Amino acid sequence: MMVLLAVTAFAAADDFRGRMATVGPGEFHSVIPEGKKDAVIDIPVFQLDQRPVTNGEFLDFTNANPQWQRSNAVRLFVDASYLSHWETAIELGPDVDAEQPLINVSWFAATAYCEAHGARLPRWYEWEFAAAADKTHADARDDPLWRQQILNWYATPGSKALSLVGQRAENFYGIQDLHGLVWEWVADYNALLVADDNREQGGADKLKFCGAGAISMERKEDYAVLMRVAMLSSLEAAYTTQNLGFRCAADLSEGSQ
Amino acid sequence: MKNRRIASSATIGVVLFLTFGLISGALPSRVSAAAAQERALLDTGGSAAGDFGPPVGEPIVATLTSPPYVPPPINRNTPAKLIVNLEVRELDMPISEGVMYTFWTFGGTVPGSFIRVRQGDTIEFHLANHPSSKMPHNIDLHAVTGSGGGASSSFTAPGHESQFTFKALNQGLFVYHCATAPVGMHVANGMYGLILVEPPGGLPPVDREYYVMQGDFYTVGKYREKGHQAFDMQKAIEENATYVLFNGSEGALVGDNALSANTGETIRLFVGNGGPNLVSSFHVIGEIFDKVFTEGGTHYQENVQTTLVPAGGSAITEFRVEVPGTLVIVDHSIFRAFNKGALGMIKVDGPENLAVYTGKEVDSVYLGDKVKDLTVVAEATTAYSTTGEVTIAQQIAAGEALFAGTCSVCHQLDGRGLATVFPPLAGADFFLADTTRAIDIVLNGLVGPITVNDQSYDSVMPPMSQLNDDEIADILTYSLNSWGNDGGRVTREEAAERRASTERPPGAAH
Repeated sequence: MMVLLAVTAFAAADDFRGRMATVGPGEFHSVIPEGKKDAVIDIPVFQLDQRPVTNGEFLDFTNANPQWQRSNAVRLFVDASYLSHWETAIELGPDVDAEQPLINVSWFAATAYCEAHGARLPRWYEWEFAAAADKTHADARDDPLWRQQILNWYATPGSKALSLVGQRAENFYGIQDLHGLVWEWVADYNALLVADDNREQGGADKLKFCGAGAISMERKEDYAVLMRVAMLSSLEAAYTTQNLGFRCAADLSEGSQ
Repeated sequence: MKNRRIASSATIGVVLFLTFGLISGALPSRVSAAAAQERALLDTGGSAAGDFGPPVGEPIVATLTSPPYVPPPINRNTPAKLIVNLEVRELDMPISEGVMYTFWTFGGTVPGSFIRVRQGDTIEFHLANHPSSKMPHNIDLHAVTGSGGGASSSFTAPGHESQFTFKALNQGLFVYHCATAPVGMHVANGMYGLILVEPPGGLPPVDREYYVMQGDFYTVGKYREKGHQAFDMQKAIEENATYVLFNGSEGALVGDNALSANTGETIRLFVGNGGPNLVSSFHVIGEIFDKVFTEGGTHYQENVQTTLVPAGGSAITEFRVEVPGTLVIVDHSIFRAFNKGALGMIKVDGPENLAVYTGKEVDSVYLGDKVKDLTVVAEATTAYSTTGEVTIAQQIAAGEALFAGTCSVCHQLDGRGLATVFPPLAGADFFLADTTRAIDIVLNGLVGPITVNDQSYDSVMPPMSQLNDDEIADILTYSLNSWGNDGGRVTREEAAERRASTERPPGAAH
């Protein structure tokens, strides 16, 4: 499928990498065990965008790749709301700030953007590994105050205007806006495993899921993860929503950092 | 919902028949036929008997209503296809005055829209999740026979819509709620409501029908702490509710939002409890439930004061109101009503019905434990009746106890009265100048201005003629000999003489 998405190689890969931070390597205690009770995942070192992709950055991409403009994009890869907040297919318009995180973008479009920059979408474990950090700790998930702060964002309605990227504090890795701004696509969002009905613990549809069975979660108090998993599980690759954006990741290549 | 009265007399008949039959060895086939008929009266047959066949006629778009109102009764005797369109919206609304909370709602309200269908109807359910929503949502209707109650078929991302269809095989009043992870949080944020599946014959008509649903809420801040409050998961896990509310906010059913009715009307409340955690002890202060369909089921109990509504459950209560006033809806786990907001009102208008309830008729003084030990009074009386004599000391002792119990309320234990209100007796010129007048005042009371020790008083002393002659004599003797007063004595004969020669004012005792 990746081959079919013809994209123009865009901007020097090194420039693009310049906006990424290095994360890991490390061990990640996942809340969703892969068949074992306590899942400890080895995360090799990777790079992750310090901020989500913005409207301005994506506009540059669609200008260079008109097949991804909203008037041209194939309906198989995007839905009817794709980039609907922009005034036109090629202009943001006065109501949209170039520095706001991009929203109304599908998994296919996000993947195409990252690929055009010699990058990729982060995997779920990578994203969660980076997102477990607060300012001073690599893993802040046991801190109830930190957890409550994240939940406060999830609790407020999505109707307020989006703030610009880069306003919030950097975390332990120098990465911003993993919490409190928009939901973010991951490469393997579909391998997550919420049964449509959250209460089907280990139910009959186990075979559906690549990961574990239906939610048999460790760390039940970190229910922000549940919410992210629920959100991603409700999506199809062509879906776009007003509260969903993305950032890119890359494997560490020789010569960079 | 069957009428149990017909059923119970038939039951007695059958029980007797069975007993006689078994004892006398009567024909078993006739017994079982009667028993089967009896069973049919008591038993709706559940879901097995709930499929009345395919829908008849054109599909109907269901009328949904916002609380506290319900759609009109179904007026149909064939199954139909109903189209239900329900939208999920995440909204900032006040949970209490000055306190904002982000509610997740079905239809923009907490509880969500009321859905009314008939048993056997086919419901095509559309669940839309507004694009501004942050979260995906789904719905589990307890009326649904099927996977997750619909939840597995209605998982909907923001800006999308899901559809599934089910047949309502069981009659009853059912809760619906969101079942997206984490379920407790979705429910705690207000994602619940009621769906009524009417029995095929409908419900007996009443004058008013209302929709009341209890829920518990958990906020980071304290009860009524102003500002925007976030959901507190830890409190929810510990079942330590900050608010317990009817219809999603403290003001939902009070003041201008109170429910209304007129005397003589019968009210039916469709009561739900969304939880997420707490069971309700549902009670209406000032009324008794004539009928309660416990847990929203088919049979009713009668004459119930308080009924339990389980979390994720319901009840239907019916009662006729006879007197005007304000009825108060509460969860009778009473601290929830007065300290967490579980309080609503029904204003009943109409003429008074004093035969049923009068309101306060009398408010009189009750001295309680100010009454001292009265054995001294008994001693004095005994002394007089046995020996014909009572000593001053005995009178003073008796008078002290009686004074404390009767007179000290106004004149105070030290006889100093209350400046400008109640005149003193201690060193009081008005009192000491004329003992006969003092007896008259105790017997007949005194109204109008007087001057005591150069201070004017214009109060009312009520007649104390309920005191007998002994008591009046003892009290006055005590007063003349206390608080520095020079002394003196009043005898029971003097009291009797004044009682006979003066008139009691109207309303006073003998």
